[in-house]
Amino acid sequence: MKIPFSYIARNLWTRRLTTALTAGGLALVVFVFATVLMLDEGLRTTLVTTGEYDNVVLIRRSAETEVQSGVDRAQAAVVASHPSIARSTDGQALVSRESVVLISLPKRGSDKPSNIVIRGIGERGAAMRPQVRMTEGRMFRPGASEVIAGASIARRFAGAGIGETLRFGQREWTVVGLFDAQNSGFDSEIWGDAEQLGQAFRRTGFSSVIVRLADSAAFERFKKDIESDPRLTLEAKREQTFYADQSKALSTFISYLGLALSIIFSIGAMIGATITMYASVANRVGEIGTLRALGFQRRSILAAFLSEAMLLALVGGAVGLFCASFMQFLSFSTTNFQSFSELAFGFRLNPPIIVKTLIFSLIMGIIGGFLPAVRAARLKIVDALRAA
Amino acid sequence: MYLFILIARNTLRHKLRTLLTVLGLTVATISFGFLQTVVDAWYSGAEGAAATTLVTRNATSLVFPLPLSYEARIRAVDGVTGVGYANWFGGIYQDPKNFFAQFAVSGESYLNIYPDYLMPAADRAAFLRDRKGAIVGRKLADQYGFKVGDIIPIKGTIYPGTWEFVVRAIYDGAKSTTNTATMFFHWDYINEAVKRQAPRRANQVGVYVIEIRQPEDAALISNAVDAQFRNSLAETLTETEKAFQLGFVSMSEAIVVAIRVVSFVVIVIIMAVMANTMAMSARERLAEYATLKVLGFGPGFLTALIFGESLLLAAAGCVLGVILLFPLASGFARLMGTMFPVFEVAPLTVLQQVLAALVIGCVAAIAPTLRATRVNIVEGLRSIG
Repeated sequence: MKIPFSYIARNLWTRRLTTALTAGGLALVVFVFATVLMLDEGLRTTLVTTGEYDNVVLIRRSAETEVQSGVDRAQAAVVASHPSIARSTDGQALVSRESVVLISLPKRGSDKPSNIVIRGIGERGAAMRPQVRMTEGRMFRPGASEVIAGASIARRFAGAGIGETLRFGQREWTVVGLFDAQNSGFDSEIWGDAEQLGQAFRRTGFSSVIVRLADSAAFERFKKDIESDPRLTLEAKREQTFYADQSKALSTFISYLGLALSIIFSIGAMIGATITMYASVANRVGEIGTLRALGFQRRSILAAFLSEAMLLALVGGAVGLFCASFMQFLSFSTTNFQSFSELAFGFRLNPPIIVKTLIFSLIMGIIGGFLPAVRAARLKIVDALRAA
Repeated sequence: MYLFILIARNTLRHKLRTLLTVLGLTVATISFGFLQTVVDAWYSGAEGAAATTLVTRNATSLVFPLPLSYEARIRAVDGVTGVGYANWFGGIYQDPKNFFAQFAVSGESYLNIYPDYLMPAADRAAFLRDRKGAIVGRKLADQYGFKVGDIIPIKGTIYPGTWEFVVRAIYDGAKSTTNTATMFFHWDYINEAVKRQAPRRANQVGVYVIEIRQPEDAALISNAVDAQFRNSLAETLTETEKAFQLGFVSMSEAIVVAIRVVSFVVIVIIMAVMANTMAMSARERLAEYATLKVLGFGPGFLTALIFGESLLLAAAGCVLGVILLFPLASGFARLMGTMFPVFEVAPLTVLQQVLAALVIGCVAAIAPTLRATRVNIVEGLRSIG
């Protein structure tokens, strides 16, 4: 026979202060656990939305980022003539020759500098990234010293707002528009005309070439053609893979850090739960004896105390998760040391994270409540009744 | 005296609960100290910087180089006693996971500016003679088993190709906080190859390091250097090495702040656990407190009793935490190897641990003390645990 659930729940309610303190500790642990998972998820979605699946990035072999890479004009021309590249309605090949550099800009307010990606794009560059939309102002004019800035850059960096000017490469660049790239990595970039930026930085070549494939399935053949061509020293990657690779280290770092913190914290919280449950058993020895005398089995007592611990953990977990959900309004920005540039991303809560977090808190409850529950179940009826 | 005996006896009444609480406190103290040490490791580069070293880089950003010709002009600035230069090499040793810093440096002029890198004079001379020679730090040498005479192949990401370097010297740090997880080799060796492969990229320098006579002149000399190159193709930005290193820290500030916040959260969590323990003990002993009151002990005595017990528990956890932090930190440092070049527990961290334990002990005792001192004697005597 099972012990009614209401008995279990009321036990927690009777000792409100202790329950609140224990659940509070558990909630903090769950909060940290959920926040880290959300951060990692935010980073992943940012990177997945940065790349278009059918776009291919070509950079110099063994260069890991666009900034390290160099592609000279002759090579870029060879790539652009490949037959599997898609064409726009006016018959032009969808190719963007891009020039990517980093400039260090001070943050608004704090004046602390951070490295920002300045991407010089080709004529078709913007069209090849459909997630990028102008939200204010207009597109830069090819041939002019004009740039457009990503939403998150314009907000946080001095000189990057609309109408403001940035000085680099011995020129003043006017920010004529702002764009929104739907929380992708492009939100952390400034775009201009590749030819103008190349001039300003005295570069004859480009950093990378982006092409759109007409047929997605042709990627393997295209990659083979490019990498076996003796005139080229380039390697090809799908744009999505390229961006995912670029923050692998950051993502690994965040998940390891989070895992380590969660483990350390959960030890503290589990100890808290164990103490509470032991006290709860000790206070109710007489009650337990009565329950046993009434015919409830050891199994039922074990189950009752385990469920009490799990309920306690679940309350803590729910509170922690509720608080963590507010983190979605914040965004997080840091330097990605692989690309050496600023990357902003948000916290994202999704159903798998909710499930994982609740399972995590239940596990804490089970581990914390197990020993006390065993103790309660092993009490001898006579001794227990006598203790009361 | 009997107060202390009473406190000690009270503490040992529930051995299991006491044990668990102390264990929780130990875990919290260790993790707090550990996270603070991680943050310190982040700042270690800036801490180790000498006040008389300036760094000049391209004003646009670090990815843009400076011409080699600047060296002579910087040397001519008043107050400058030495100029060296270095390029970030960013190579890969066997696998991208094996990350460590490599710099192509200007040889003797560079080494002279960093007297903290200690190596035998003969090895140093051997390095300077051999254009393919390299110097590796002790920590790096230990991690990958590099010995003098070994050939290390490094795959370049910025400078294409696979480069081979011969280890000519292994350097130790003059202080325990000196970074010994770096590899240095000759800028000339790289530059000669670049001249052949990509002449446009040759004769370029990543950063200049400048040694000055007086640390007070840092601002003045920085301005003088930058003024030399104003309105040129490669404008410069000169700052002290400390500021330069702090620039790197501030780039990942969000992570540092997060770790700091979390290290305080762990204190709050354990405060909840500890407050809980104390609240439970006090509730169980309400009748005893009432008895003590009947016997004529004032609220001061009860306060001392409860605070004493709470602080004793906190102290036990703290002592264990501090003692265990050191082996944990050194074990972690060994495990991470060159990822954290300097990983040392600072005296300040230990002090903070002690302070945190003190605060936990006091905060946890507040609620039970209020309850015990306010309790009506009759009501207290009536209550059963």
